[in-house]
Amino acid sequence: MIRLTLTVNGTEYSRDVEPRLLLIHFLRDDLGLTGSHWGCDTSNCGACVVWLDETPVKSCTVLAVMAAGRRIKTVEGLASGAGLDPVQRAFAQCHGLQCGFCTPGMMLTARWLLDHNPNPTEADVREAISGQICRCTGYENIVRSVLWAAHHAGDA
Amino acid sequence: MQVPAHVEYDKATSVEHALTLLARYAPEERDLAGGHSLIPMMKLRLAQPDVLIDINGLSDLCYINLTGDQLRIGTLTRHAQLLDSPLVGAHFAILHDAERVIADPIVRNWGTVGGSLCQADPSEDLSAAFAAMKGTMVIRGLDGTREVSAREFHTGPYETVVRPAELLTEIRLPLRPGGGSGYLKVARRAGDWPVGAAGAAVWLAGDVIADVGVGLAAVGADHFVAAEAEDYLRGRSATEENLARAGEIAAASCRPVSDQRGPADYKRHLARELTARALRIAVARARGEDRSRPA
Repeated sequence: MIRLTLTVNGTEYSRDVEPRLLLIHFLRDDLGLTGSHWGCDTSNCGACVVWLDETPVKSCTVLAVMAAGRRIKTVEGLASGAGLDPVQRAFAQCHGLQCGFCTPGMMLTARWLLDHNPNPTEADVREAISGQICRCTGYENIVRSVLWAAHHAGDA
Repeated sequence: MQVPAHVEYDKATSVEHALTLLARYAPEERDLAGGHSLIPMMKLRLAQPDVLIDINGLSDLCYINLTGDQLRIGTLTRHAQLLDSPLVGAHFAILHDAERVIADPIVRNWGTVGGSLCQADPSEDLSAAFAAMKGTMVIRGLDGTREVSAREFHTGPYETVVRPAELLTEIRLPLRPGGGSGYLKVARRAGDWPVGAAGAAVWLAGDVIADVGVGLAAVGADHFVAAEAEDYLRGRSATEENLARAGEIAAASCRPVSDQRGPADYKRHLARELTARALRIAVARARGEDRSRPA
């Protein structure tokens, strides 16, 4: 076992873990943060996307110990004291989710895209989420949601 | 549920430290960069190292710079960083073409250039691109540093010349006058491995092809190179007929196999067509006529 210390959504955690433990299982099973979903297990579907420091990664293909000393952001950390993130409001507004399984990963990628490209084209959005699968095939409304979030970024 | 087998783990704090750790545990050790090839292999028990040496903390292996007439890429550079680099885009369009179609944006955030090369998958795009560009691989061990041509780096599927207790630390690409390059890939769906892919680099002297590199991925080309097609083109003028003929030669010289991605004859067709098209793009870019993305 290895002592792992990292920061998740602004809170520092320390746990003893096996080196082979995947980050997605650490977040869900050790920390109880079940917002991140465990999907295909093969880094294809993107349900497990979280931020590792400043970038989204597929946490089924990252060992928890690789995150030692780093900052993780999960869907539980998207909202702030000011309320829901515009991306979260957008998914509610535009019916951006059906079963909701892909939603946490989609929203974290959307937040990253809008931080780097506040006015994306539809093609930019589709490219950004191209590594993520919606099993309900609800892509139209997911794209619409991200564009809505871009247009309403400044709204209270 | 897919999880790796039990494994020990250590974190390297410098290149020297990594080499020391690798030597201590060799040959049952693997260095762990982005892990986007290695961890899936470990889940499937296709790789079962006793010890992982995490090299993600080696920020001195994460750089892209132009030194004299060489582009130098540290092997811990993430795919996304290579794709974001204006320096790479300005001088080595082939790398941006290839990176746009390697996996997906999220995987590219964490997967590394060196990891992809050392994984040595026969369908790996950067291996073909660096072979076309006639790059040089820099490999470090405790005894010192050695340089190997990108064309001699791979010794077979999933095998490279990197020995236990060695680390691929840098890729060097020559910056030569009159150059242009491009990369094209056909995949079944976004983010997938290629059914077939071709990269081309040309160096023109007037209208004559002074030198040329043709790299092929996923179609069974030795060392990712279409050497016969290069031999044919060198010294000839960059005409449509000659580029098309080079595509035919490339197709005849590779040995694709039928698998779930497609039948061998289709892959051979792709080798011919993509080689000719990549050459056209490379020539147009060398002439300054084409700055666009390939179709």
